[in-house]
Amino acid sequence: MTGLQIHSISLTLGGAQILKDVSAAVKPGEMVGMIGPNGAGKSCFLKSILGLNKPSSGRVTLEGRDIAEMSLKERALCLAYAAQGAPLHWPLTVERLVALGRIPHLGPWQKLRPEDHDEIERALTLTDCQHLKNRVATTLSGGERARVLLARTLASGAAYILADEPIASLDPFHQLQVMAILKAHAAAGGAVLVVLHDLGLAARTCDRLILLHEGQMIDQGPPAHILSDKNLSRFFGVSVSRWQEGQESFLAPHAIHKDRPHQ
Amino acid sequence: MNNILSYSLFTFALIAAGLLSLSFGRVSLGSAEIWAGLTAPADDPISMILFELRLPRVILGMLVGATLGLAGAALQGVLRNPLADPGIIGVSASAALGAVIAIHLGLAAIWVFSVPLFAMSGALLATLILLLVTTRDSSVLMLILVGIGISSLATALISLVMNLSASPMTIRDMVMWMLGSLENRTMRDLWMAGPFILIGWIMMIGTGQGLNALSVGEETAQTMGINLRWLKLRIVIGAALSVGAAVSICGAIGFIGLVVPHIVRALISREPGAILIPSALMGALLLTLADILTRLPLAGSPLRLGVVTALIGAPCFLYIIFHTRKEMR
Repeated sequence: MTGLQIHSISLTLGGAQILKDVSAAVKPGEMVGMIGPNGAGKSCFLKSILGLNKPSSGRVTLEGRDIAEMSLKERALCLAYAAQGAPLHWPLTVERLVALGRIPHLGPWQKLRPEDHDEIERALTLTDCQHLKNRVATTLSGGERARVLLARTLASGAAYILADEPIASLDPFHQLQVMAILKAHAAAGGAVLVVLHDLGLAARTCDRLILLHEGQMIDQGPPAHILSDKNLSRFFGVSVSRWQEGQESFLAPHAIHKDRPHQ
Repeated sequence: MNNILSYSLFTFALIAAGLLSLSFGRVSLGSAEIWAGLTAPADDPISMILFELRLPRVILGMLVGATLGLAGAALQGVLRNPLADPGIIGVSASAALGAVIAIHLGLAAIWVFSVPLFAMSGALLATLILLLVTTRDSSVLMLILVGIGISSLATALISLVMNLSASPMTIRDMVMWMLGSLENRTMRDLWMAGPFILIGWIMMIGTGQGLNALSVGEETAQTMGINLRWLKLRIVIGAALSVGAAVSICGAIGFIGLVVPHIVRALISREPGAILIPSALMGALLLTLADILTRLPLAGSPLRLGVVTALIGAPCFLYIIFHTRKEMR
């Protein structure tokens, strides 16, 4: 079995059932979007894959191996996480911050090797952060910070990237840029599972979408199928406008329904 | 600063401070006399002053200073909090409480190791409470408030134990436990506390990579292959062992653990993992210098070591609060 396979995961936190029997798969070369209204359990799903939450049942396999049987380091070499609004506790320079991505490759006392520096440079260039290299990361704007944290994720060199709302605080230019970076990562043989709230961007950039609602997987498939008027109305409580420009189809929510379905 | 250069500078400064410390005291010794004393037979009076009084004091001062600097840096890293310090967060006071209890139960007379063991247990208890509280709320404010609580309670209990004791302790003893002192320490104290201090160091010193990873938060650090529980356990037990053992021989010396990592961050690196060893060296240097200050004939009578470290440290504490107040809201 190739790729990342999630077999009917259930998660209970503080007595509340967060995820119920959710299954999904992400294959190399694929960019999969995870959508759903607030509180659907998207972030918890990513954290369950990463082992940050302990699912009450179900299992996750990575290229055929059960993740629970892999060491933390083995996992870190394959799976990288771009957390939503990750904190920054010390005023590190951008370069040192991105260099943290190389930790899984190094022994406890080992210094960065030339190939680590190459990966750091590559990640800085990809995320358009070269010019920020010597800046102190805590003084960056929200958008710059989000890109630098993504650079840290990319510098890890992991094939599988799990990104939790990586474009939440970015301006349109950098939203498109970050999605293009993730897309390129998938195109180069990596795999991306990304939580998104921008349905239009999800439709245009993802190969497949997973729709999560109240901890259950409603459906997964090509964006055109998942983002049907029926699904958007039923699970998001919105109506959308759609239009076509050249090869690309666009979608924008424009009206809300009174009976918001998930509340 | 270049690593080799900074370590050479540190080593040079430490040796210089150590020699300076050997020469200060009721009998001032010049460098020639120190050399003659160190190489003279054991019954030579200068040799006796050096080996029985000054050398243990210098070595203990360096061990304790290094412990406080290292524990301060490790605790600041793991709690991700620039105000963490064994003194401020109540670990030292709890260790002193443990030591005082052991002495007053008469255990010290039965088994000498009971004092450091009780001190380490006190330190461990305080560190565990702090870790539990800060897992739920990791704000700077919470840490300081809980620290003040633990510290006040431990200090109050030290006073209580002293009040209740059959042979009332003198104010002098109380001052010793609360402010710390390196006076009249012998090689025996060194052999008693040294091994625990070393074990504590070894546990803390290898945590650099994990502490660096923690800069981006606990969740991300875990996805970078860091075993968080193991990391925290090593620092908590390491700090408790080394600080507990240090306090059991020279009382609760404040502020070294707070100030040292800040100096090192300004001079060498801002990475929490990279400052561990430099903080140990800087702590040793700072405490040795502070101990020399206590012997300068400034106030007529010798100053208390804890008074000197507090006079240097407390203003720094306020300065750091000023600079982190944004986070505290």
